[in-house]
Amino acid sequence: MTIEVQFQVCRGDFTLEVELTIPARGVTAFFGPSGCGKTTLLRVIAGLERGVKGNLSVDGKIWQDEQSFLPPHRRPLGYVFQEPSLFSHLTVRGNLEYGCKRLRKEERKVSLQRAVELLGIGHLLERRPHQLSGGEQQRVAIARALAVSPALLLLDEPLAALDQARKQEILPYLESLHQELEIPVLYVSHSRDEVARMADYLVLLEAGRIQAAGPVGELFTRLDLPLAQGPETESVIETVIAGHDEVFELTFLEFPGGQFTVPRVHRPQGTPIRLQVKANDVSITLEHQVKTSILNIFPATVDQLAEEGSSRATVRMLVGTVPILSRITRKSAVELDLKPGKVVYAQIKGVALLS
Amino acid sequence: MILNENDLAALAITLKLAALTTLILLLIGTPLAWWLARSRWRYKFMVEAIVALPLVLPPTVLGFYLLIALGPHGPVGGLMEALGGRPLAFTFTGLVIGSVFYSLPFVVQPLQGAFISIGRRPLEVAATLRASPLDRFFTVAVPLARPGFLTAAVLGFAHTLGEFGVVLMIGGNIPGVTQVLSIAIYDHVEALEYTQAHWLSGGLLLLSFLMLMMVYALNRRFSVVRP
Repeated sequence: MTIEVQFQVCRGDFTLEVELTIPARGVTAFFGPSGCGKTTLLRVIAGLERGVKGNLSVDGKIWQDEQSFLPPHRRPLGYVFQEPSLFSHLTVRGNLEYGCKRLRKEERKVSLQRAVELLGIGHLLERRPHQLSGGEQQRVAIARALAVSPALLLLDEPLAALDQARKQEILPYLESLHQELEIPVLYVSHSRDEVARMADYLVLLEAGRIQAAGPVGELFTRLDLPLAQGPETESVIETVIAGHDEVFELTFLEFPGGQFTVPRVHRPQGTPIRLQVKANDVSITLEHQVKTSILNIFPATVDQLAEEGSSRATVRMLVGTVPILSRITRKSAVELDLKPGKVVYAQIKGVALLS
Repeated sequence: MILNENDLAALAITLKLAALTTLILLLIGTPLAWWLARSRWRYKFMVEAIVALPLVLPPTVLGFYLLIALGPHGPVGGLMEALGGRPLAFTFTGLVIGSVFYSLPFVVQPLQGAFISIGRRPLEVAATLRASPLDRFFTVAVPLARPGFLTAAVLGFAHTLGEFGVVLMIGGNIPGVTQVLSIAIYDHVEALEYTQAHWLSGGLLLLSFLMLMMVYALNRRFSVVRP
């Protein structure tokens, strides 16, 4: 089950040329700086751009090829624009019903009720768009896109037009969408934080070309990509709650390389939790430290090194099969004689829970 | 009775002419305005100039050319005769045709402006919500352009009420058939019948003023409601 995309788009002096295969499952993020073409790519996939030649097939069904073009209103998708874009001549209810009214009975899979519940907008149904805050409007826009029971949900920087407080308000809703619904999502963002929290698969764009594409944990830890440069360098690790320590109020998070110990997370066993580990919080030792306050120490193998600025280095290690990045000084790298293949211990001072 | 039966006939003809013209213009002007608002054809400016011509042309110029076209030797009138009908000059039908040309920009321009101000976004949103192009037009573009429709209708109506030159040339001022209010006033003044002229003029002035107030009041209300 994949989405196959192949397009060449010319807009003035900007060219977008992509060829890629995306999983038709989970959240795929298109990430890159402003002007890299990620929004154009999303619009092309939705069929909103005119005169574009290319090929697009979603889960085996051809949406566009040499001979045919399925117009946007016939594509089973839902689209959320950057600005809320609610119909000002309709109430919130009218907006929500607009799309699902136009579905045939057998196409209705997501009920309107469910969309309203998921986005917590039940109390806003009879209001008009101009009476809602930006965050509320965007939640309605998301619910409206869900209400057409899309086979593919396209989100174009849905949080970009909101301030920090509104973003934090909506992020949990977006994350729960990810977990509650089986609909694949294409998410455009220039925010590293959003991508780290929500993406399963990442497509990195730069100046109209794809720089890299792959699972999020892998791309964040690739030393050749700009993601692994700068102070915000981090690793993204998927874990599952394995158990809790009642006495010391701790939770154990299991992953293919071992188990993290973190302050108590009040969720049941088996809940998937995504972790963010900042490279600056990961240090390296050659011997397993015993009398230390750090709980999260893992045996690891050095995979790759790269220089960061004049005095630092980024070390890519594999804990089991899971890549983790560490940011240390070049001096330490030399003194510890770090080379690919060397067995070391990764000490992780702090983790952030992204779920 | 101050106003004689000719004046009342003139009033009836004027109102009928304005109503019919406005209706026809809304029907043909809407698709034209829609196309003008959305098209990216590089020669669109030529069409816009043609639509705007009645704004600047002396009415007698328009009237003259229409008279020729509608007369027995003209392309339209000749065709009518060949088909067994009468020529259209000096008939009420001829007046309607002339009014439609004359008031065209007053209907098309507000509509075009309203469609442009909607922007592309609401229509793109509707497309992603399964609405076909025709569906999008009727359920999104038209409701959002409602102030434009009202303005276009009122302006078209009011402008037709006030026609003089075109109507005189094509219609020939036949009482009871093609004599409209503005010409009746002219006749009264020429005959020094100032009382009747006052009544008719004052009435027309009041009606036009009320219609314009309605247009501006409506636009003010709608621009407050829409963010």
